[in-house]
Amino acid sequence: MIKMVGVEKKLGGQPVLQGVDLSIPVGKLTTIIGGSGSGKSVLLKHMIGLMQPDRGEVWVGDVEISRLSGTPLNDVRKRFAMLFQGAALFDSLSVFENVAFPLREKLRMKGPEVGRRVEEKLQEVGLEGMGHKFPAELSGGMRKRAGLARALVMEPEIILFDEPTTGLDPLMAKSIHDLIVKMHRRFGFTAIMVSHEIPEIFGISDWVAMLRKGKIALMATSAEFQRTTDPEIQEFISVGGTVALPGSLVG
Amino acid sequence: MTNVIERLGAWAVTRVGEMGRMLLFVLSAFAWLARPPLRFHQIMKQIHFIGYRSTFVVVLTAGFTGMVLALQGYYSLRKFGSEGLLGSAVALSMIRELGPVLAALMVTARAGSAMTAEIGIMRITEQIDALDTMAINPMQYLIAPKLVAAVIGVPLLVAIFDVVGIYGGSLVGVDLLGVSEGAYWNSVQSAVEWKDVYGGILKSISFGLIISWVCCYKGFYTRQSAEGLGSATTEAVVLSSVLILVGDYILTSLLL
Repeated sequence: MIKMVGVEKKLGGQPVLQGVDLSIPVGKLTTIIGGSGSGKSVLLKHMIGLMQPDRGEVWVGDVEISRLSGTPLNDVRKRFAMLFQGAALFDSLSVFENVAFPLREKLRMKGPEVGRRVEEKLQEVGLEGMGHKFPAELSGGMRKRAGLARALVMEPEIILFDEPTTGLDPLMAKSIHDLIVKMHRRFGFTAIMVSHEIPEIFGISDWVAMLRKGKIALMATSAEFQRTTDPEIQEFISVGGTVALPGSLVG
Repeated sequence: MTNVIERLGAWAVTRVGEMGRMLLFVLSAFAWLARPPLRFHQIMKQIHFIGYRSTFVVVLTAGFTGMVLALQGYYSLRKFGSEGLLGSAVALSMIRELGPVLAALMVTARAGSAMTAEIGIMRITEQIDALDTMAINPMQYLIAPKLVAAVIGVPLLVAIFDVVGIYGGSLVGVDLLGVSEGAYWNSVQSAVEWKDVYGGILKSISFGLIISWVCCYKGFYTRQSAEGLGSATTEAVVLSSVLILVGDYILTSLLL
């Protein structure tokens, strides 16, 4: 569904992406890993047209989006949702209004249907009864949950997760991972996650890709990825050790 | 020598580029404004923020400006035995120059800086990117309502400024310094012409546009740091204020 061909990008004169070739499998959870500053978030932003490559192509379905803007790009973006690192909730709106925002502004939905859909999503992410709170009153984990509810409310085909567990304690990080997996299984969207959480990501991802020196060094299923013989990748992932798929997530 | 010319050239290219980006920014905002849906609620919210919530500071500034103008004017006019013209001196100064300029400077300080900070924080915390990912154009949702609100709100504030300033002048001139009330108001009525009011309105609309344009632009393209946001806010206030004063000179010379 999403395909990147020879994507190159320089930021401030420094090459960040140097010919990325990547195909994201439909309906699967793919995690992109890599060192700090390797360009993982930049890669994610190219997939939704927040950044345009200097060279190369970005395909979403049968639409090449790297040179699109305005309405044609917005039409493609309707298929996406994104959970940002800091959740990117609108400060001036309550949690309820944040989740209702795309429904009201994009679908021009009004009345009790908005309330029903928002409450449903808040309940799914474990934030029932928290709709009246403002983002500043929420903990980091709760913000991520609210961000996830906002991402889910439009029932998108593809959801991008930009380091969804950054800044959270291990327990909260695990609960966010579990929530992402649960929602992914329930709604069947294509999930693309950028993460540093090694080895946890091997337990939840269908596919793992590693970005190294501006290129995809390896993309494989979770199990195959852990068996790679590439010494640099082994060194990178061995810091956290390997992990089997937790029993709670099997199936 | 070559180095100096090179640097001067680079500086000029950067400035021209920046001006071009600013022009495209405002044109894009107006282009998005023309496209449905009309975000009436957002516009009203911004008029409330820029207009209503600036009223107190504008009334305070206007009152004291009118009072000090009457005080200075009275002692100058008394030398020529023309105290009766105090009303016209206060009213014309207010309506033609001080009302539009001072009200616009107060709005820049209160609402313009807040606009830059708000949009800048939205940029840094990826809230603007979030709008993009929801296929909601930030120009249409965030910027265009502020431009419209400032173009509507600033002239209304200037009207309040003028009225309060002229009453402030009356308070000092008539009630404290003993100028005849009839002479004061009669001189206001006879001196002020439609073209003075029209000029004031034209200036205030232009200043409203300058404030929202510059402040939104600086916030929208703020650098991704707290320091960058601080610089953007300062630059927005300074550039808006300078453009208001330069614009005032240009408009005055065209209107006279």
